[in-house]
Amino acid sequence: MRYPTDRKYTKEHEWITTDGTIGITNHAQDSLGDIVFVELPKVGTEINAGKTFGTVESVKAVSDLYAPASGTVTAVNESLATAPEQVNKDAHAAWMLKIKVKDPAEINALLSAADYEKFVSEEAGH
Amino acid sequence: MSAVETTPVVRKTALNAVHRQMDAKMVDFNGWDMPVEYPAAIGCGIVAEHMAVRTGVGIFDVSHMGDIRLAGPEALAAVQHISMNDASRLAIGQAQYSALLYPQGTFVDDVIVHRLGEDEYLLVINAGTREKDFGWVRDNTRRFDCKVEHLSDDFTQIAIQGPRAVDVLQKLTDADLSAVKFYWVTRGTLCGLKNTLMGRTGYTAEDGFEIYIPPDEETSARVWYAILDAGKEFGAVPCGLGARNTLRLEGKLPLYGHEISDTINVWEAGLDRFCKMEKPDFIGRSALEKAKAEALKKTLVGLEMVERGIARDGYKILDEGGREIGYVTSGSPAPFLKKNIALAYVPPEHAAIGTTVKIEIRGQGVRAQVVPAPFYKRPKKV
Repeated sequence: MRYPTDRKYTKEHEWITTDGTIGITNHAQDSLGDIVFVELPKVGTEINAGKTFGTVESVKAVSDLYAPASGTVTAVNESLATAPEQVNKDAHAAWMLKIKVKDPAEINALLSAADYEKFVSEEAGH
Repeated sequence: MSAVETTPVVRKTALNAVHRQMDAKMVDFNGWDMPVEYPAAIGCGIVAEHMAVRTGVGIFDVSHMGDIRLAGPEALAAVQHISMNDASRLAIGQAQYSALLYPQGTFVDDVIVHRLGEDEYLLVINAGTREKDFGWVRDNTRRFDCKVEHLSDDFTQIAIQGPRAVDVLQKLTDADLSAVKFYWVTRGTLCGLKNTLMGRTGYTAEDGFEIYIPPDEETSARVWYAILDAGKEFGAVPCGLGARNTLRLEGKLPLYGHEISDTINVWEAGLDRFCKMEKPDFIGRSALEKAKAEALKKTLVGLEMVERGIARDGYKILDEGGREIGYVTSGSPAPFLKKNIALAYVPPEHAAIGTTVKIEIRGQGVRAQVVPAPFYKRPKKV
């Protein structure tokens, strides 16, 4: 899997673009399996880097979503409420939130595509 | 604290290498390294596997299940003593759902009792309770003239499940499977293996077979691939424990440690029709007799989410006022029914069909309704 280089990644398997669009990685959707439920905050909510902002559920498992950076939610991908399987089909296109980023330095400090790829392969190799 | 620390050994079935070769997602299930689902790249994943079993056929490695054989002049008396269903009603080749009970009427395990011969019975037991069950059966049948053998490691057990299971298996055996009724067994040559035991049983609320073959890796892999290959024309897919769980949940088939356990009795679990109080005395009977005279404190119900949310194992059930009244034993999206369903214990006054309760999901009370269960019943054959 090639991870897009136009964004940064977290060890909790979220991605964020410099303009504050957030989603989960292909590795995350693959580990979860069939995604059936996504719960996201409302527009206007403050989210904080490293803290949970929502939940994603597959048939089998419930997982928290962790904010890659702090900011205010400006848009929510409402279509995921009725069609959460979009995340399985293309995790890097099926965005979840857009935030107004508080501190761009938080994003810069995250993993690059290459570093994330390395992290995932090491995680899988145990 | 003991000075010697023992590392729990992860157990593997003879098909472990096959699952890994097929790139299955593996999980620890009661100490067993088992496939939870196979990759989307080969048309699998829990939902696809579940749908294959409802509409076509799916194949499961269930070799982690255990087996106990009782054989000898008093085998029937021994089985009668340790199990709640009436094994005297079994003809040779017939099987029944039953359970081993503690004296207090709660569950050691649920089992399928097969009568294989005049004085020969095979109990198929759960993976997580193998050693406990064998010890229990051995200790409680000492006074009977019958030999008790633990055969759990003697078979690779494969389940072929779904409306087309019979067509797939029939391609591989000389036994006439159309003559085998549900919950009966037969023997025949299967993939060249003579005298192979094949039971029309399963844990999916669907028609299907479970076969018992030699446990060596080579034979196990050969038969596994032969079944998949024979099933190709019917859309057969390998299935993992994920689909096994959602399939059994739609059919309200109990899972040990969830709907049944050592603290839940037969009446609470609603398994009355498999418990024959009129047969000769059996372990647990007198406690159940007493319990029958008293009011039930909790009862198992089927729930369907009314509001958005998914109930999961262990979630609390609340009444309309937010008071805790029970708990979810199993909860999941139901892939075939396309609903979010759960089984739960609640007090009988909240058990009537149509009753609304709340399920506590991440601190919020989310509405669900008591509905008839099983949630799914397979269509009757035309």
